[in-house]
Amino acid sequence: MKSTEIKQMLTDFLIHLFLILLAATTVYPLLYTLAISLSSAAEAAIPGLHLYPKEISWSAYKMVLSNQEIYIGYMNTIIRTVAGTFISVIISSMFAYALSKKYLPHRRLVSFLLVFTMLFSGGTVPSYLLIKNLNLIDNRWVYILPLIISAYNVIIIRSFFESLPDSLGESAKIDGANEFIILFKIILPISKAVLATVALWVAVAHWNSWFDAMLYINDNNKQVVQILLQRIITFNNSELVKSGQVSKNMMEYNSETIKSATIIFTVLPILAVYPFVQKYFVKGVMLGAVKG
Amino acid sequence: MDICAKNTVNNTVKKRGILSDYKQNWDIMLLMLPGLLLLILFNYVPLYGILIAFKDYVMFDGILGSKWVGMENFSKLFAGKDFLRCFRNTLHISIIKLICSFPAPIILALMLNEVKKLRFKKVVQTFSYIPYFFSWVVLSGIITMLFSVSGPINMVYTAMTGKEPLVFFADGHLFIGMIVGTAVWQGLGWGSIIYLSALSAIDEVLYEAATIDGATRWQQMIRITLPCLIPTIVTVFILNLSGVLNAGFDQIYNLYNPTVYDVSDILDTYVLRRMQSMDYSIATAAGLFKSVICFVLVVASNFIVKRVSDNELGIW
Repeated sequence: MKSTEIKQMLTDFLIHLFLILLAATTVYPLLYTLAISLSSAAEAAIPGLHLYPKEISWSAYKMVLSNQEIYIGYMNTIIRTVAGTFISVIISSMFAYALSKKYLPHRRLVSFLLVFTMLFSGGTVPSYLLIKNLNLIDNRWVYILPLIISAYNVIIIRSFFESLPDSLGESAKIDGANEFIILFKIILPISKAVLATVALWVAVAHWNSWFDAMLYINDNNKQVVQILLQRIITFNNSELVKSGQVSKNMMEYNSETIKSATIIFTVLPILAVYPFVQKYFVKGVMLGAVKG
Repeated sequence: MDICAKNTVNNTVKKRGILSDYKQNWDIMLLMLPGLLLLILFNYVPLYGILIAFKDYVMFDGILGSKWVGMENFSKLFAGKDFLRCFRNTLHISIIKLICSFPAPIILALMLNEVKKLRFKKVVQTFSYIPYFFSWVVLSGIITMLFSVSGPINMVYTAMTGKEPLVFFADGHLFIGMIVGTAVWQGLGWGSIIYLSALSAIDEVLYEAATIDGATRWQQMIRITLPCLIPTIVTVFILNLSGVLNAGFDQIYNLYNPTVYDVSDILDTYVLRRMQSMDYSIATAAGLFKSVICFVLVVASNFIVKRVSDNELGIW
């Protein structure tokens, strides 16, 4: 009896220790980046764990904030995230609502068309040629239009709508209301939780998106912040690789602090809202577990 | 009254013709229309562009005007060393990733399930999800600093072993190890959510009964918890398997460099490179090759799972 109790306690201890270490692996990289971004170039140059800056220096942030290109990129990212999310949630819920109604003509066909997109795609080149033919190269709509409908999000909203009782819209229908009024006045107001989940996912996807910007946008006035960050990082890396070993060049370390500041600047909105909206993110995964 | 009328109309719609069906449901169809048009435009219209995989595409002539070449692009593809190397690398990376990142979230979920202090559990979960919300551009920025020759990981390594620092970005093996490790790290917490929700659905009575029968915690896990997780595990496995040709473009593109192309050049980077050098037909052929294999894999594995489980499991 005694030995099993000890075993029990030891297991518990090891599990807790492991989980703490795991949490540390996600917190430490952030702390490190934050510390470097707040360090002076000289301090960042000293190898170390950099859990916190010895003396806070805002010079890297001043450099980043005074950079016109980064400012424009940040604005473009905000615009695409806000507009893209709004449009996507509206059109997705309209689509999902229609699909949730058994009397929708061609319902099976449309459902199939939706699900099939999760299984097969034409690939990068055909998409690129389409965007080109639509004259969307160097056009900000290229950020928004292709991301509006995602099969996964539509299916999540649809399963929620299907779980609502039919009686909700019926009395309105008797009063002569059409489907638009039922959706926007009755259904959407009670679907806030699922809409919030989908909106957050779409927003994160927009905020983090860089591949579309890299392929379709050449005009620096329309570029997004992720691409600018990528340019700063790849510049640093190519320097690293060329020399094989890191040279003790001050300039390079200096750019390390700027890189960190740009990273913090880029993830700040996500980190700021994350603690408050976490439960919505998680809720979506449970909803998504329902068969498509 | 209207509702009843509508239902009877729907039941007899075949007799009354499709047009009156449309007329009856104009509002719901109008709601569907924008989404459907976008779906077709961005997911089905590009399928027509697949034709150029079988043509010698010249932009000036357009897709229809370019000359048919049959399977020539594919034979060129398989004759080239580059493509085969990328194919091999893709399989190599994604299989190692699958082996490492598939069981990890299950183990994490089982561990979290053993934690009785809810507060602690919640905090660990919250932290473990964070990397999932960062783009690989951001993550690669952080990773290149941490893994650099003078970074903290090498500092700890040299202090502990007294050896030379590891050059993660120039050594093939180390690079792949880092790719796999950071991929597992990024998806671990988020991947565990689906298992945790399955775990919370297990009836407590099962555990109570087992405890009375004298089962240890380990036995309870093997005999109760794991069997209850099987449906979820199978579903996630199918989804993972269909991505076996996705070695992780976002991650690799943002982390690799010419010194490790040998081991890290994958199908997606190949397609992108050929596209950027305007070899559209070859690039499309390579992309199509990948799409078709993915499609076959997911359909086949779903079919097999459904067969084995008497239609109980599977994703559709």
